[in-house]
Amino acid sequence: MSVTASFGGREGRPPLVQLLTPEGERVEHPDFAFDLDDEAIKGFYRDLVLTRRVDFEATALQRQGELGIWASLLGQEAAQIGSGRALSAQDYAFPTYREHGVAWCRGVDPLQLIGLFRGVDQGGWDPRESNFHLYTIVIGAQTLHATGYAMGIQRDGLVGTGDPRRDAATIVYFGDGATSQGDVNESFVFASVYNAPVVFFCQNNQWAISEPIERQSRIPLYQRALGFGFPGVRVDGNDVLACYAVTKAALQRAREGSGPMLVEAFTYRMGAHTTSDDPTRYRLSEELEHWKLKDPIERVKAYLSRNGIVDAGFYAGVEAEADELAARLRAGCLSMPDPDPLSIFDHVYVETTPQLRQQREDFAGYLASFEGAH
Amino acid sequence: MSATLAPPRTVTYREALREGLFEEMEADDRVILLGEDVGRYGGAYAVSRGLLERFGEHRVIDMPMSEALIVGAALGAAAVGARPVAEIMYMDFVTLVMDQLVNQAAKLHYMFGGQLTAPMVVRVQQGIGRGAGSQHSQSLEAWFAHVPGLKVVAPSTPADAKGLLKSAIRDDDPVLFIEHKGLYARKGEAAGPTHTVPIGLADVKRSGEDLTIVAWSNMVHTALAAAEELAREGVSAEVVDLRTIAPLDMATVLASVGRTGRLLIVHEAVRTAGLGAEIAAETAERHHGQLRAPVRRLATPDVVLPANTTLERELVPDADAVVAAARDLVRS
Repeated sequence: MSVTASFGGREGRPPLVQLLTPEGERVEHPDFAFDLDDEAIKGFYRDLVLTRRVDFEATALQRQGELGIWASLLGQEAAQIGSGRALSAQDYAFPTYREHGVAWCRGVDPLQLIGLFRGVDQGGWDPRESNFHLYTIVIGAQTLHATGYAMGIQRDGLVGTGDPRRDAATIVYFGDGATSQGDVNESFVFASVYNAPVVFFCQNNQWAISEPIERQSRIPLYQRALGFGFPGVRVDGNDVLACYAVTKAALQRAREGSGPMLVEAFTYRMGAHTTSDDPTRYRLSEELEHWKLKDPIERVKAYLSRNGIVDAGFYAGVEAEADELAARLRAGCLSMPDPDPLSIFDHVYVETTPQLRQQREDFAGYLASFEGAH
Repeated sequence: MSATLAPPRTVTYREALREGLFEEMEADDRVILLGEDVGRYGGAYAVSRGLLERFGEHRVIDMPMSEALIVGAALGAAAVGARPVAEIMYMDFVTLVMDQLVNQAAKLHYMFGGQLTAPMVVRVQQGIGRGAGSQHSQSLEAWFAHVPGLKVVAPSTPADAKGLLKSAIRDDDPVLFIEHKGLYARKGEAAGPTHTVPIGLADVKRSGEDLTIVAWSNMVHTALAAAEELAREGVSAEVVDLRTIAPLDMATVLASVGRTGRLLIVHEAVRTAGLGAEIAAETAERHHGQLRAPVRRLATPDVVLPANTTLERELVPDADAVVAAARDLVRS
C-alpha cells in the first residue's frame, strides 16, 4: 500500500477510506482493498448484530439495576468488528472499556464483560489466552502499555521474520478525547522512534462525554501521526469492510517491521458516554439522525440483500441467535453471586503480607460480630 | 394568628458549592472555572450547572481531556492574576497532575522568592458509594497533607462546603478542595452570601464528654450517626469535624481530647499512613498524660477498592463499626 497517498486531503477534505457506502454499495479505493468473500461479510453481519445485542441487553440490565454501569458501543460496531477480525491469533489487543466488539472477536465470553460491569469480578478472562488485555479505565493509559508490549515483542524477535504464524503486532484502542492526554502523545513518540509494531486505533466517535472533537483537535486526528513520524489514515468507522482492510494493512505493516500507524476510525457514539450520562443535555438530536443514516449494520444488510447473497432465513437465524445470546446473558448475569467480602484481601499482593493477613483476620472477626444480629 | 419564623433554607451540598462558585464569580471577575465537562454539561456531578449560561465561555472553560493541562493552565493563569477554579473529575486522576500540583503549584511561591503566588483551587471529588471501582473511589487526602505549600480542605456539610470554597478562592495559596460523591445530594442549612469558613479551623459538630471522634468529609455523618446511637447507650461522644486537612487544626482536636481523655479517629481512606496516623501521633506526643485509653483508629483495610457496592459497604467503617469501637474505648 502507499501510505503517502493517505497523508494529504484532496480539495481540502480529509480523505476517508470507504469500501461500502451507507447505501450498501461496494466501492474501490486505490490503497486499500477488501480481500475476503461474501461468506466473510455474512460473518461480519452476524458479529455486528450479536455485538449490538450484547450492548442492548447490558444497557437494559444496567437500567434494571443489575449492572453498576455500562459503556455502550452503539454505533461503533463496525470499527470494532472490522479491526477485531483483522487481528491474527498472535496479535495482542489493548482495549479501553468500550471494546465489547473486539472482545467478541477475540473469543471473550460477553458474560465476562457483564461480570466486570456488575462488579462481581475484574473481568476474569485470561489475557494470555485471548490476547485481549483486560479493560483499561483511565483514559489513554493503555497506549503506553501497548507501546511497551510492542517494544517487547520486537526484542523477542517476533517481528519481521517473514513467518506469518510468528510475526506479531499490537493494536491499541482509544478515543478522540484520549488524544489530548500526555500518555497518548508520549506513546506516539516512543512507538515512532523505536519503530514499534503497534497500530494506534482511534475510534473518533466525535464526543468525549460532553466535549466535542473540536475541543480536542483543529486538524483531522489521523494527520497528527505525520508530526510524530509515522503514517495516519482516516477510515469510515461505520464501514466494516474498510475498517477490516485498513487495520489488516496496518497490522501487516507492523508485523513486517515497518513500524506504527495511526488509524482514525471516523464514527459516532450513538448512545451515551456511559449509562451515567445523558447526551441530550449537550448535543442535538439532528446530529444523531444524520448518523443513523450511516448505520454500520444497515449498510451490510443492504449489500447482502441487494445482491441476493442471503434470504430472509439468514436474518431470522441471526435474530434467533441474538435472542438466545441475550437470554443467556440475562440468566447468567442474574445468577452471579456477590463475592465473599474477605476475597477483597486476596489479590492486593501476590503473597499476602503479615500485616494484611492480620487486617483480614480483624475484618473477619468484625463481620462475624454481626452474625445473628438481625 | 401569630407570625411564625420562616424555617431555615436548606440546600444540597451540590447547590451550596454552586452558590459559592456563583457568588465568587459575581464578586470577582478574576475567578474562572476550567475543566472537562464543566461548561455545557454542568460538571460530572452537576456542581457547575448554569454557570456557563451566566458567565460565558470566557470564564467557564470546557477543556481538552488532559488533567495535567487543566491544572497546569490554572497555575499559569493564577501566576498572572486570575483566580482559577480547576475541576478534576475524580480524585484518582490527580495522579495525572502530580507534577503540576506537587512540584509546580505547591512550590511556586517559595521558588520564586515570594514574587509570585498561585491563588488557585483544584476541586476534586473522592470516596466510595457508587461502585465506581478501584480507579474512581480512592480517598487520597493524606498524600497532599504531606506536601508543604498546598492547603487541603474536605468539608462535610453544605454550609461548610460553601464557606470553605469561598475562602479557598480568596486564598493566595493553592488549595485542593476535596468533595465526596456521597455528599452531593445531602441537604443541610444554607449559608448566606457573606458566610465564609476559615481554612485551618476544625469544628465541633457535636459536644460530648466520654470520647472524641475525629472525622472529616462524608465520615462526619457516620460519626454523628454513631454518636446518636452511643447517646442511647449512655455514652457521650464529641464529634470533631476537621474540615481542613492541611494545615491541620490539632488545637481543636487536643482541646477536645483534653476534656474526654479518649480519641477515636475514623476515616474512609485506607488505614496505613492515613491521616489518622498523623493525628494519633500528634496526640500521643502532646497529650500522653491526659489519655485514659490508647488512641484508636478506624479505617478501610489496606486493600484495593472494589467496584462491588456490597463489598464497598462492608469495607468502609459504618456507624455500627464506630459504635463498637467507641464502646470498646470507653469501657477499656
